[in-house]
Amino acid sequence: MFSLRRQAASATRAFTSSARQAYAQPAPTAPAFVGNKTGGNFNVTLIPGDGIGPEISESIKAIFSTAKVPISWEEVDVTPTIVDGVSTIPADAIASIKKNTVALKGPLATPIGKGHVSLNLTLRRTFNLYANVRPCRSIEGYKTPYDGVDSVIIRENTEGEYSGIEHEIVDGVVQSIKLITHQASERVARYAFEYASKNGRPHVTAVHKAPIMKMSDGMFLRACRELAAEYPEVKYDEDLLDRVCLRIVQNPAPYADRVMVMPNLYGDILSDMCAGLIGGLGLTPSGNIGRDASIFEAVHGSAPDIAGKGFANPTALLLSGIMMLRHMGLMEHAAKIESAALTTIAEGKFITRDLGGKASTSEYTEEILKRLRA
Amino acid sequence: MASILPKSRVLLPRHGVVSQVRQATTLGIAQSRATPKTPTKYGGVYSVTLIPGDGVGKEITQSVEEIFEHVNVPVEFERFDISGDTSQDAALFKQSMDSLKRNKVGLKGILYTPVERSGHTSWNVAMRQQLDIYASLVLCKSVPGFPTRHRDVDFAIIRENTEGEYSGLEHQSFPGVVESLKIMTRAKSERIARFAFDFAIKNNRKTVTCVHKANIMKLGDGLFLNTCRKVAEEYKDSGIKFNDLIVDNCSMQAVNRPQQFDVLVMPNLYGSIISNIGAALVGGPGIVPGANIGREYALFEPGCRHVARDIEGQDVANPAAMILSSTMMLRHLGLDHHANQIASAVYKVIADGKVKTPDMGGKDHTSDFTFAVIKALA
Repeated sequence: MFSLRRQAASATRAFTSSARQAYAQPAPTAPAFVGNKTGGNFNVTLIPGDGIGPEISESIKAIFSTAKVPISWEEVDVTPTIVDGVSTIPADAIASIKKNTVALKGPLATPIGKGHVSLNLTLRRTFNLYANVRPCRSIEGYKTPYDGVDSVIIRENTEGEYSGIEHEIVDGVVQSIKLITHQASERVARYAFEYASKNGRPHVTAVHKAPIMKMSDGMFLRACRELAAEYPEVKYDEDLLDRVCLRIVQNPAPYADRVMVMPNLYGDILSDMCAGLIGGLGLTPSGNIGRDASIFEAVHGSAPDIAGKGFANPTALLLSGIMMLRHMGLMEHAAKIESAALTTIAEGKFITRDLGGKASTSEYTEEILKRLRA
Repeated sequence: MASILPKSRVLLPRHGVVSQVRQATTLGIAQSRATPKTPTKYGGVYSVTLIPGDGVGKEITQSVEEIFEHVNVPVEFERFDISGDTSQDAALFKQSMDSLKRNKVGLKGILYTPVERSGHTSWNVAMRQQLDIYASLVLCKSVPGFPTRHRDVDFAIIRENTEGEYSGLEHQSFPGVVESLKIMTRAKSERIARFAFDFAIKNNRKTVTCVHKANIMKLGDGLFLNTCRKVAEEYKDSGIKFNDLIVDNCSMQAVNRPQQFDVLVMPNLYGSIISNIGAALVGGPGIVPGANIGREYALFEPGCRHVARDIEGQDVANPAAMILSSTMMLRHLGLDHHANQIASAVYKVIADGKVKTPDMGGKDHTSDFTFAVIKALA
């Protein structure tokens, strides 16, 4: 019955069916992607990042230029400075992202010191990045105990447990506020339903803990239910956080048909757990969809210990770049690069050390380039 | 920093305990009684409150009752058939709480909690808060005869049970804006940290890992982490190592390399998430025993708290988690002989692999499993 459903769904969406497994699609809640073009090419802001960031960014640039992707990179540095006691991103970086509305970002190290807040947090606030999309798909050629993982988690990114509102009431008693607003819940739910209907995964599951947090998670669910009524073609259900954790780890396969949407903390934990199922953060892309811009990034760390040694794995940033291309509507380029990268890993001859191979970053990149030229 | 527990509670490793083979349910073996007062005992028989709970609760507690009867365990259950479906059982719930306060020891399944705002708050949580059974203990251990994706998993999750995200304090400050309070206190963080270290010492564990999100919740989880660090400092001489792990990383590591974990201590909500992941690693909620321990009361329940509505009444639930939880209770009561007898029978049945409930890949019923355990006892 399920396959019939799926066929029917793909038949009615012949246009998008080829992108069923795609990583990201534009949605009306994200500003319809217009972009900023110079001489026929889209301008895209590139934040190479710290540590291994520059080397893996070079790899992505080489792959994109060989694949003749019609984009021009605008490289910016986002190392924050303290202005009036607040950590601030350089103005030209902000201007570049605002103008281009799309950016690709390598790993960043948050500077340690008083006044510095996490850079990710600063970017999130500056560009209203309200939804974090984290797809995890088993990578052929890299064996983990789990097969057939294909999950998509959409996480509310601006409030919830990570609202940052905390205070010590008396000595030794701290109150942290989980803030849930209907507006933010609705916004992320809408994106989830859009994503679900556009990506051939017409099933949204809201993950919650409403029996315990009746008002806050209850409101999140209410927002999801309202949206479900607007999208009758998308199947909607709800599941307890506990049960989802248990079931995915027991058998991830049934979650391959749906998009899961949830508040901030749950999404943070579950998306990293799903990344664990397929072998870690080195293989998972991430997209931050926002009102003013969308930023695609590798979520792994900047790995200062192996920086500059030339054997970092650029796959996560590359997959994020592919997700970005789909966001920009450059479907064919995305598919071409994706298949070149995934077949390279599946073949296993030129894979980096973290995947059990011996190849350097440049050897791995070169192999992808070879496949793109073929 | 003021200690909550008297210093005498800090026990050092005893010689002879160290070489002991660790079983899945060693809680009571070397653990000093958590209750300063002894449980209620009439004529050599312990009174224990039994709350079967919703879903599969009745079936799996019946299993325990049958086994206890067969072994002639000196325990008499005071049974309360409460259901969380409606709020009508509130009076019965109160009676069961009185019974628990009298008996000091209980065995329970999981009570259903409605999602609706109009529904009652979680009785499971209410019990933990009212009885102040602050430490939830869940043992995730690979069981021979029950193959899963991971081998040699053996870790204990110690979860703060009475505050944090489960404070139940919520309000709508403006239409469409809800605040839910997560309360973290130094006092409760300290006592759970001490519990974790005491548990590690008494069960011959090597490392205590604090799981937190202090990078984001700098004050709340920061307090928890710093308190754990201070307690670790006090336990330095015991040789127990201490480290910490951010909760998202912990969940990722758990599905990658769960063998690295030993004793994990964490606030309430993370405990719920990690214990479910942990249960899935070793075979599911049907196999993971658990306990809630306070200074005065102890309540034993399966470690992975699922009502399991989907398989209710079909006689297919795996009762192993409940039976093993009950053996933890027997050790707590000092009935080690009965506990060992029952626990080894359960492990034998699983290892033999002749009787398997559906979650273990078989087709046998709950009652078949119970019968097999009883036969193994003979």
